[in-house]
Amino acid sequence: MKFVDEFRNSQSGKKLIDRIVQRSKKPARLMEFCGGHTVAIFKYGIRQLLPPNIEMLSGPGCPVCVTATEDLDRVIALSRLPGITTATFGDLLKIPSSRSSLQEARAEGSDIRVVYSTLDALDIARKNPDRPVVFVGIGFETTAPTIAASILQAEAEGLKNYYVISLHKLTPPVTKVLLDSGEIRLDGIVCPGHVSTIIGSQAWDFIPQNYSIACAVSGFEPLDILYCVSLLVEQIESSQPKVEIAYPRAVRPEGNRQALKLMEQVFEVCPANWRGIGTLPGSGLRIRNEFAAFDAERAFDIRVEEPPKEPAGCLCGAILRGVATPLDCKLFGAACTPEQPVGPCMVSSEGTCAAYYHFGGGHG
Amino acid sequence: MANKRILLAHGSGGRLSHDLVKKSLARPLSNQILDKLDDAAVFSLSGRLAFTTDSYVVSPIFFPGGDIGKLAVCGTVNDLAMSGASPRYLSLSLIIEEGLPLDELERVVGSIQRAASEAGIKVVAGDTKVVNQGNADKLFINTAGIGLIPPGVDISGANAVPGDKVILSGGIGDHGMAIMSQREGLRFKIPIESDCAPLASLVADMLAVSKDIHCLRDPTRGGLATTLNELAAQSGVGINIDEERIPVHEAVRAACELLGLDPLYVANEGKLVAIVPPEYAGQILKAMKQNGYGRGAVLIGEVVAQHPGRVTMKTLLGTTRIVDMLTGELLPRIC
Repeated sequence: MKFVDEFRNSQSGKKLIDRIVQRSKKPARLMEFCGGHTVAIFKYGIRQLLPPNIEMLSGPGCPVCVTATEDLDRVIALSRLPGITTATFGDLLKIPSSRSSLQEARAEGSDIRVVYSTLDALDIARKNPDRPVVFVGIGFETTAPTIAASILQAEAEGLKNYYVISLHKLTPPVTKVLLDSGEIRLDGIVCPGHVSTIIGSQAWDFIPQNYSIACAVSGFEPLDILYCVSLLVEQIESSQPKVEIAYPRAVRPEGNRQALKLMEQVFEVCPANWRGIGTLPGSGLRIRNEFAAFDAERAFDIRVEEPPKEPAGCLCGAILRGVATPLDCKLFGAACTPEQPVGPCMVSSEGTCAAYYHFGGGHG
Repeated sequence: MANKRILLAHGSGGRLSHDLVKKSLARPLSNQILDKLDDAAVFSLSGRLAFTTDSYVVSPIFFPGGDIGKLAVCGTVNDLAMSGASPRYLSLSLIIEEGLPLDELERVVGSIQRAASEAGIKVVAGDTKVVNQGNADKLFINTAGIGLIPPGVDISGANAVPGDKVILSGGIGDHGMAIMSQREGLRFKIPIESDCAPLASLVADMLAVSKDIHCLRDPTRGGLATTLNELAAQSGVGINIDEERIPVHEAVRAACELLGLDPLYVANEGKLVAIVPPEYAGQILKAMKQNGYGRGAVLIGEVVAQHPGRVTMKTLLGTTRIVDMLTGELLPRIC
């Protein structure tokens, strides 16, 4: 298949691995920010190919995983309001919250529809003019523009029953917080591919400038990741940290201006609550006042009666910060499995625990 | 007959029921046992028997490459064939939603007739119920089948031993992606048809090479990955497969890429996995390739003593990873 097979070619892969092995001498700790990278790294066994001096850590880049329990509780409470249709990406369905999940709410009678795009959610709203249809906006800068576009489309069509609950999060601020915390020492960062398609590689310039850490934006195929690692190794060995693009077929330094404009038009920056990290200023997106009519937070009285309950013993928070791996968690593969998840990282398709479990064999 | 629809009265047991059974079911499916229309089918069979049942709720009921009728015959025939049995008799129960166009029912029955005839199985018993609109989705079918196992054949998921070879009969994921391409909200055009097919003749050709086939299974829901995991667990062995050798139709691969699915977990309805002793693997593979339903057969891996209950795969990059079972639902109501 064109544009996929080329990036999975074992001959080219071998050349990149040889280059990495020959060049890499210093100990190097690399973090892949993005959950999509974590999954690809495990699916293709990339860690097995790297020399022992290169260590790879998984980062906070799974939007579902970093959503705070209390925000999930509110989404579920919203879905249980009478007469409401909730539209969501499938990933969110199984995520455990304090007391329930969207999957359980659906089994108990809530109308919850899995959609592949906001266009499907708009379509549900058009076909059911008497029902409020709420799209659950969870994601990073990658998904925010499409959700902004759906709100603009709803406004243009005069749709009165389409709403969004915005739990969007921004990636550079959380990266800065992780680096400032001093909890982890990194030599290089595999910067997120899809996010950087929107925000541009220059959004990461602060990392080499302020922290002297090597950066390269990667795609999601195995050769993309190996190429990215080879660029990081070169920067580390030559002590010349900068931001490089190992995903030039999608990412430009300035990003996607049109998408950024849409985001800016509909959303404004706000504080956001991150699982395991806390509430960070300037790290979320909320709907601007001009579009208040589409904001589910303002349109509905979302009440969660009981305080959020964090799952006891779950290390998701520490795993998202890169200070623990799933293998450090006592629940992993025993009390916590994809069928009976305790924390979100086990059940989100981009979750670190899920990647370890499915591809690494973390079975009890 | 155009525009005629199934009414609740068609399931009442009265004249309309009688006419429906006679004209639309018994006539097209006619055989000596069924034609008696007694309360139970009466026949003789002697030897080791295989007996299985399955219900079919696929949505939509017509899909590229088949329909719920063909699926209801092939699914049960294949379950019999996977124990090495030669399929003989089938029961057929229909649960029809009020309002189903009669011509759609007749098309489904026509498919049942053709699939049964190809598989050499006779429909000898049946039942029809009609439920109110909304209490079913167009048509649900249950079939149960009986087959005769030839002497000397002992096939079970528990029979794999280290050293055995793993054979796959062809490209994976066709059925699941064909259904998915028809779903509301997803509809996309791909040149893919369901692989839905009766595999009894393929199994017979394989058994003609050697009766010493250890395991056979059709990778339906949960796909190839789940089937291999089941076999590894049941036999208490490890299975190693090679990603490079697993055939996936180009269009299936493309659609899976777009939707973020792994073809290893996508359903098939006309494929089988065979675990066979190494000395017969070559000949069995050759026999499979000569049968229309095994044309794409390939050796995909082997059974090992290490990591019992686990399946591992050599990736395209030469690394090794675990292949886990499917967790959760990939797509509901695909069969």
